[in-house]
Amino acid sequence: MKVIISEEDYRAVVQYALSQRPDEACGLIAGNDREDGVRVIRKVYLMTNTDHTSEHFSIDPREQLQAVKDMRRNGLKPLGNWHSHPETPSRPSEEDIRLANDHSASYLILSLADEHRPVLNAFHIETADGRKTVRKEELLIGGTENG
Amino acid sequence: MKITVAGENREVREGMTVAELIEMEKVETPEYVTVSVNEEFIDHDSFQERILKEGDEVEFLYFMGGGR
Repeated sequence: MKVIISEEDYRAVVQYALSQRPDEACGLIAGNDREDGVRVIRKVYLMTNTDHTSEHFSIDPREQLQAVKDMRRNGLKPLGNWHSHPETPSRPSEEDIRLANDHSASYLILSLADEHRPVLNAFHIETADGRKTVRKEELLIGGTENG
Repeated sequence: MKITVAGENREVREGMTVAELIEMEKVETPEYVTVSVNEEFIDHDSFQERILKEGDEVEFLYFMGGGR
């Protein structure tokens, strides 16, 4: 699947994640799936990591509830979530994979290992025959392909 | 009686519990689900006892978390 995020939303995520260091930062993404199979993120939610550590994240369920209601009011579909890795690469950790239970979601991971060159990637994680598989999704930031 | 689940209207029997609603809605991986009723979060231990009432607004929220 191809996923598009606007430059503005990308910058908001990076800025928020930098501000939350050394903790991991997290949030939700919402938007719509176009008929041509392209997933368009229309809104990012910058949320509280209730774990408050650099090694884990849990999205605050109270904020999650309000975000879900906001999506519904604005005709947006929940598309998945995002979180930062303050010191490690932009790829799902074993724990990320274990806790990824929504096979329709896109999981965005922002690496701040080099704070001057943040790297954002999108992943699809699903369970088949009892095993989880991870596939990198094509992510376009503001219409420019992300490496 | 009428309730809403994730913003959608549902007709359910009187006296239905949260646990029964989870089963009726075929909620996947309920161990990772947080339930709110009228924005009150319900403890997992109370799913069997919590009885729903007419007009209740129920939301199922999947736990979202991970680690490096």
